[in-house]
Amino acid sequence: MSATVAAPARVRRTTRRNFDQLLIVLVLLACWQGAYEYAGSVAVTSPAGTVAYAASMLGQMWFWGDVGATAIAFAYSLLIASVLGVALGLALGLWRFAADVTEPVLAALYTIPKVTLYPVILLLFGLGLSAKVAFGVIHGVIPITLFTLSAVKGLPPVLLRTARAMRLSPVQTILWVLTPAVLPEIFTGLRVGFSLTLLGVLIGEMFASQRGLGFLIINGINLHNVPLTTAVVLVIVLAAIGANVALLAADRHLRRQR
Amino acid sequence: MDALPLSEPGANLPAPTVHASLRGVTRIYPGSPPVHALGPIDLDLAKGEFFAVIGPSGCGKSTLLDVLAGLSAASDGQVTFEGKPVAGNVPEGVGVVFQEDASFPWLSVSDNVAFGLRRAGVDPAEIKRRVDYAVGFMGLRDFARAFPMQLSGGMRQRVCIARTLVMQPRLILLDEPFGALDQQTRLLMGDELLRLWRETQATVLLITHALDEAAMLSDRVGAMSARPGRFVDLVETGWPRDRDSTLVAEAGFGALTARLWSHLRAESIKAIGGGRA
Repeated sequence: MSATVAAPARVRRTTRRNFDQLLIVLVLLACWQGAYEYAGSVAVTSPAGTVAYAASMLGQMWFWGDVGATAIAFAYSLLIASVLGVALGLALGLWRFAADVTEPVLAALYTIPKVTLYPVILLLFGLGLSAKVAFGVIHGVIPITLFTLSAVKGLPPVLLRTARAMRLSPVQTILWVLTPAVLPEIFTGLRVGFSLTLLGVLIGEMFASQRGLGFLIINGINLHNVPLTTAVVLVIVLAAIGANVALLAADRHLRRQR
Repeated sequence: MDALPLSEPGANLPAPTVHASLRGVTRIYPGSPPVHALGPIDLDLAKGEFFAVIGPSGCGKSTLLDVLAGLSAASDGQVTFEGKPVAGNVPEGVGVVFQEDASFPWLSVSDNVAFGLRRAGVDPAEIKRRVDYAVGFMGLRDFARAFPMQLSGGMRQRVCIARTLVMQPRLILLDEPFGALDQQTRLLMGDELLRLWRETQATVLLITHALDEAAMLSDRVGAMSARPGRFVDLVETGWPRDRDSTLVAEAGFGALTARLWSHLRAESIKAIGGGRA
């Protein structure tokens, strides 16, 4: 009985949510169109014009070369930030004293505008891929570490006692109990880290690179090529939203079992 | 239930041999000031015995279980299991069930129960046989594919008990496993516990706050003093091995719980700092 009542209610909720999301998109498009009407094409291109430009850009080989450059830098950055962040978070979470000391420091570092570190990154890594990757990593690694650390600290102690009662070694405990237990929180950290790492890579490309989507944006600004700048931003926004929706769905799937 | 894969082939009927023992065991937690939590305790658990421990809150019951399990090292004295010293590591053959929900939320019921067997590298066919039996034995067959969050507190506790049972422990240590359950569920779970004790023929040590639970389930009940916990009375219940929760209606049951309460009341008043006993 309750299932038959709950199903239409769930459908109604989903329909309502989809409608609200569509409404938000329409409002944003209206604002965009309004900005175009107000400022003209010297500041921003219209939504329709941007979509048309982006569609033609997608057919150009040079564009995919830049996409590839960003993708490579982003993949390296995300990999390093994820491995480093999860490993640091697990280690600090297990070593309570170190966690108590480092957590406030990491939280403070998290709030620093990373762009102020860019001159140091350039001096350390020079122009090119390594600087972009380093900049992506410093954006992504701290939130991933903090999420993992917080998850390990919040782990019910009885799970670790159970691991001991089952005679698991410390490594087996980390692999088979600790990591799966904190996986949803780690995944949330990775989702946040994903966005920030992408931001770091794009900023890196904007300041010191000859390739990549960030470079296309800054190049468009320098040449006052407004259609190019707006179209690249649109592509990045749509790609980021798509990735975030997929990661959010995976995140919810992991949490649904808990 | 045609087979009993929860017990080792040839597991013996209870015999008056010492299965586990504590000799002059104390546990003092370092700090300033150090906390003398337990002892000195002397206790012999006979093979196949069901022993319950009651005592006021904070008297060291769980510490006693930790020391016996090897989860915590004794500050002084000697702990042995099957004649070998227990020193800070859980020996093979000892299974522990905790009061808190210790089911792994990322695993289904079956996978939870199979967890220890897989880690131990047991043959997959044998894992399936033992898991199927344990899941059925604990009344979880219809929920074998469910995840812990889809189960009630009592069912999750049964998952934890099943996960311990499939490892075929010869000594089962239970730290208030039914503490979070309502009275009627606790009585029924007690019946289940007695059933598995008879089938596995393991030695069981049960920590509990509930006098009726201790009186109904055990061959012997140890009443502990306020901290530092020591045994102030060891009571033989004299119940037959084939027993269940209908024992509560027995004439001697009230006298038994009254005797236990007389100790527990006095020690509980001491534990909360009262002057009267």
